[in-house]
Amino acid sequence: MTVFRTSIPQAPQEEPTLRLLEADGTRHPHEELDAAIADVTAEQMRGFYRDMVMIRAADLEATNLQRQGQLGLWASALGQEGAQIGAGHACRPHDYLVPTYREHGIAWARGIEPWRLLEMFRGVSHLGWDPKALKTHPYMIVLGSQVPQGVGYAMGIKRDGLVDTGDPDKDTAVLTLFGDGASSEGEVSEGFTWAASFQTPTVFFTQNNQWAISVPTSVQTRVPLAQRSRGWGIPSARVDGNDVLGVLAATRIAMDAARSGGGPRFIEAVTYRMAAHTTSDDATRYRPSEEEESWRQKDPIKRLGAHLDSLDEIDDDFVKSCEAEGHDLAMELHHHIHALPDPDPREMFEYVYAEPHPLIEEERAQFEAFQAQFEEDE
Amino acid sequence: MVEKLPIAKAIGLGLRDAMRADDKVLIMGEDVGRLGGVFRVTDGLFDEFGGDRVVDTPLSEASIIGTAIGLAFRGYRANCEIQFDGFVFPAFNQITTQLAKMHNRTEGRVRVPVVIRIPYGGAIGAVEHHSESPEAYFTHTAGLRVITPSTANDAYWMTRQAIECEDPVIVFEPKRHYWLRGEVDLDHAPEESAFQARIARPGEDATVVAWGPTVSTALEAAALAEEEGRSVEVIDLRSLNPIDMPTVIESVQRTGRLVVVHEAPVFGGLGGEIAARVTEQCFYHLEAPVQRVGGCSTPYPPARMERHYLPDAERVLDAVTASFAY
Repeated sequence: MTVFRTSIPQAPQEEPTLRLLEADGTRHPHEELDAAIADVTAEQMRGFYRDMVMIRAADLEATNLQRQGQLGLWASALGQEGAQIGAGHACRPHDYLVPTYREHGIAWARGIEPWRLLEMFRGVSHLGWDPKALKTHPYMIVLGSQVPQGVGYAMGIKRDGLVDTGDPDKDTAVLTLFGDGASSEGEVSEGFTWAASFQTPTVFFTQNNQWAISVPTSVQTRVPLAQRSRGWGIPSARVDGNDVLGVLAATRIAMDAARSGGGPRFIEAVTYRMAAHTTSDDATRYRPSEEEESWRQKDPIKRLGAHLDSLDEIDDDFVKSCEAEGHDLAMELHHHIHALPDPDPREMFEYVYAEPHPLIEEERAQFEAFQAQFEEDE
Repeated sequence: MVEKLPIAKAIGLGLRDAMRADDKVLIMGEDVGRLGGVFRVTDGLFDEFGGDRVVDTPLSEASIIGTAIGLAFRGYRANCEIQFDGFVFPAFNQITTQLAKMHNRTEGRVRVPVVIRIPYGGAIGAVEHHSESPEAYFTHTAGLRVITPSTANDAYWMTRQAIECEDPVIVFEPKRHYWLRGEVDLDHAPEESAFQARIARPGEDATVVAWGPTVSTALEAAALAEEEGRSVEVIDLRSLNPIDMPTVIESVQRTGRLVVVHEAPVFGGLGGEIAARVTEQCFYHLEAPVQRVGGCSTPYPPARMERHYLPDAERVLDAVTASFAY
């Protein structure tokens, strides 16, 4: 096994980083990874390129909308498109994904329209989609909390007999995501314990984007994060997160292992948060612009574009059409957000409990009576 | 069929019958399987249902609740045991930021009918963290229901009703009374739902509201008061969120006096909430300020001091007497 490892090198810093695409688009061969994506056509790769362009356009527009006062906050995923589109496309429609709040590329790969993400950041709802229908857990804000929940969901899959059936339409796994910062949360370690003890069909996926708001990864860990899970007996790999093909291949291998009863896997995708933590953050206070510039040279979109170019599988027309589509999506978001009304305030009482609750009913009645006074005054 | 059972056995029977009725019901917790739980509440369930449904978990409370939430997303109804009251805090985040809010967060698209059983309260001579009454932390969190039985019959039925409820329910079990026997009618559920109060002893001159382990203390005090010629009504509150205020208010409007008893510290305790609501709704019926009897506002003391910390019948009687001094 060369992709997923169970032991730590004598010198931990010698942990290899798997990579199929160099920053300049040079394609490296790798027996196992290549086998995992042997079916991926140039057409599909152009699809990944388009996905990354689209989600970046949506992301930039969301930042604009925040600056225009249309969103309360936006957490940008700029720079992480390769990791998210690669991992997202490694999942099948019946797999379950458990994201944090910065997983817009994952959401895109799951078919969640970007305007649904804006609901939460605008403050019109806490969640814009149906987790069950879209097989995607709510965005998690209390980081780490999603990890035991993802493991619990995987326990349910196993209990339902949907692991190792041999039927690809049935075998199911859970992709549970967290960042380098959240890796220090106790619940992530607990998640490793439970997944290992119950051998759940779980793939833990970390985007190490180098920064937890202002704190660098070196404060979270002294060794490459990928090595974390090995003490639990969970095989793991470190992959270049800005290489969409490498991420897709590694995640496919991990998901296949999990679906077929091989137990959990852990992937560290090394990437970079190109924007500040959120629109409320100022990254210039804690990191040099040279660092951002060096990562700009490793951009996931340019990288895949260069590779497709070397294959003569991309042309200016395609690039322009992607950009035009991205522009249209941004315009759509712009119009949509302006048409998104504030919710009826009585909705705050609506879903607190599934069954009737006298205190909620009482307060709703009081609220309505209080509001009614003002309506009469008008 | 009516059986005389200790509270612990009645809960176990409730769990067994719920598991027989619905194969989505699971039990999860530390030592709940082969051992049958440290209080033997789940005794026999591992043998009947196997380790797949009576799950001995790793020692991590946060993930007992966290995985139960994930299982709920797949349609399972996990019944989680927290071994002792003081051990619920590692799970506090999952309970308050996740379990309580998931139905609301998903705008009703996802139900999380998770039940959390917590043995609580003192008077068992235990070491630190084994005698606490943390109910107010949870009643304060919207989205949770909190109930506590005081009799064997309620222990059976409230366990079953908690499991059937579509909301998350925390069941605080009065551990010092686990081996107290009472009649359990296995065929007929009580008239009151698990979320309503019950008048445990009717009376005319004063009302005492108590729950869980303090119901017997209140009844004892009522018997002492009777010797002094005072008729004390005792309400077993049973449900702490929601609180069945109509039952309390109706009683206080009749008696004009209220004493609230709980083991938890008085300051910031649920007694304050009840006192405020009674003041709002019974102001002109009250003959005296609402009295509160509870634990001191200190950490729970070492066991050799606990009898001075916990409310007993004398302290409750003292508060009843005080309410006649106005």
